[in-house]
Amino acid sequence: MAKSTPSDSVGLVSPELIHFDEPLELRSGRSIDEYDLMVETYGELNAQKSNAILICHALSGDHHAAGYHDADDEKEKPGWWECCIGPGKPFDTSRFFVVCLNNLGGCAGSTGPSSIDPDTGKPFGPDFPIITVRDWVKSQARLADRLGIQTWAAVIGGSLGGMQVMRWAISYPDRLRHAVIIAAAPKLSAQNIAFNEVARQSITSDPDFHEGRYYDFNTYPKRGLMLARMVGHINYLSDRAMRDKFGKDAIEGSFGRDLRSGKLNFSYDVDFQVESYLKYKGETFSTQFDANTYLLITKTLDYFDPSVDYDFDLSKAFAESQCKYLVISFSTDWRFPPERSREIVNNLVKAKKPVSYLEIDADQGHDAFLLPIPRYIEALKSYMDCVADEVNPGSQ
Amino acid sequence: MMRADLDIIQQWIEPGSRVLDLGCGDGTFLAHLKKEKQILDCGLEIDPENINLCLKAGVNVIEQDMNKGLSNFESNSFDTVLLAQTLQTVERPDILVEEMLRISRNCIITFPNFAYWRHRLKLLSIGNMPQSSSLPYEWFDTPNIHHCTIRDFDNLCRDRKLKILHRTVVDFNHRSSFLMNLHPNLFGINAIYHFTR
Repeated sequence: MAKSTPSDSVGLVSPELIHFDEPLELRSGRSIDEYDLMVETYGELNAQKSNAILICHALSGDHHAAGYHDADDEKEKPGWWECCIGPGKPFDTSRFFVVCLNNLGGCAGSTGPSSIDPDTGKPFGPDFPIITVRDWVKSQARLADRLGIQTWAAVIGGSLGGMQVMRWAISYPDRLRHAVIIAAAPKLSAQNIAFNEVARQSITSDPDFHEGRYYDFNTYPKRGLMLARMVGHINYLSDRAMRDKFGKDAIEGSFGRDLRSGKLNFSYDVDFQVESYLKYKGETFSTQFDANTYLLITKTLDYFDPSVDYDFDLSKAFAESQCKYLVISFSTDWRFPPERSREIVNNLVKAKKPVSYLEIDADQGHDAFLLPIPRYIEALKSYMDCVADEVNPGSQ
Repeated sequence: MMRADLDIIQQWIEPGSRVLDLGCGDGTFLAHLKKEKQILDCGLEIDPENINLCLKAGVNVIEQDMNKGLSNFESNSFDTVLLAQTLQTVERPDILVEEMLRISRNCIITFPNFAYWRHRLKLLSIGNMPQSSSLPYEWFDTPNIHHCTIRDFDNLCRDRKLKILHRTVVDFNHRSSFLMNLHPNLFGINAIYHFTR
């Protein structure tokens, strides 16, 4: 018997691989002749095709944003944005047709560095072209064409996903009604790029990296990827979140000591919970994610700056956009802190665009955007209910 | 804000213009102006519940504390800036008035008149801090830290060389009367100023 899923979940879902054979010209000057995108959808597209929303994923995300894949696995975790997508949730699948895809260059089914290059019969590896946010959005627009969606009711994303939302509003001003930009930044700071570079160096200096051709050696840079993820994790959590997670024992005097041994080792083994947690997270990630994709996406992040084509004035970049905006930040996010979101908001106000902005008080750092924080979820729901009323005829 | 305040204020707002509402509350006024005057709305608010109500009403709301400045708003970037029933709660009303004038040439402020005769009587006769429907708080929990009177605000306008376009004084029912027009600072409960420079 198939497992039961919560009533506010989209339940069992299956992704679909969609092939595109029209060459995609890239920002770098290179192009991809043909490619596949792995796509998941939830809910029904209405007759007017007006109720579609696009969810853009962040660095380690993919097309599986909600629901479950395996009818038998009782321990399976739902998609990465389960708290926001489903019947009655902010991205209400009884009112919206929700589309989420694994971006080009990814490693969850869409064409990426680990895919086979038809010209050589071997994985692309380091030969896979650098993809920018602009290229992603172009490929997403082609996906919209394929699905028969002229205008998205909303394009939504957190972190790197929020950057894709901005690019949508700039590149395709008449193809979205609402832009929801969460925990994002108008471009990376020097510190952000520095963290990315540490992650990249960790991967490329791993002896198992083989200059990106590790597939040919039947191995992968496990340790490098693990280190990269550990650095990332520190950056995604706040000091407060770490204290809450690992400092509880400090109250009892043991200062977050690793529970496995419970005592200090006076060696370089794991002594503290935070060490074993990071190690565990890094190890798990390294078995699930492709190192070349990680390198690629950190570069995609570094290159993002839509103001470059507009005299470095972001307000000019937004000038042609026609959508309404919702921007949300989190108080303890030190990867993309609230002031970065305020930069976006101020430029939107300067461009005379309709924008709402919320700064959510949350302890969880950058990762907060993935979590069911009551005020955040309520705000998304309030906003998206208006969007649903607007695009579903007869619902008002 | 009362409906009658709204009716008075909205005659000073051009259809299709851009309005910044400082301390927009639940967004009622902006929602009304959107419907009646097709304005481009922008509200500032810090209360999470009010912000959520604005989102529900489809009103554009920015979470920002105006006490920390408005320097992120460009000069002359709005057609109208409104401050309703909030002047007495801000840290530096004089600086805020200057900032409003920088952002727009068309400014509107409403505030409860502290010199209303019932307030005066309460202070003079019983010696308690005045309370009324326009000042419903106890002295210890009031958000009103800079009470002002119509005469005070007139003086500020004179000293800062503000040009008062309209000044309306209304009662509890938000209507004007003969007495109020004769002695606004004594009989007026709420003051509505429309000014520029």
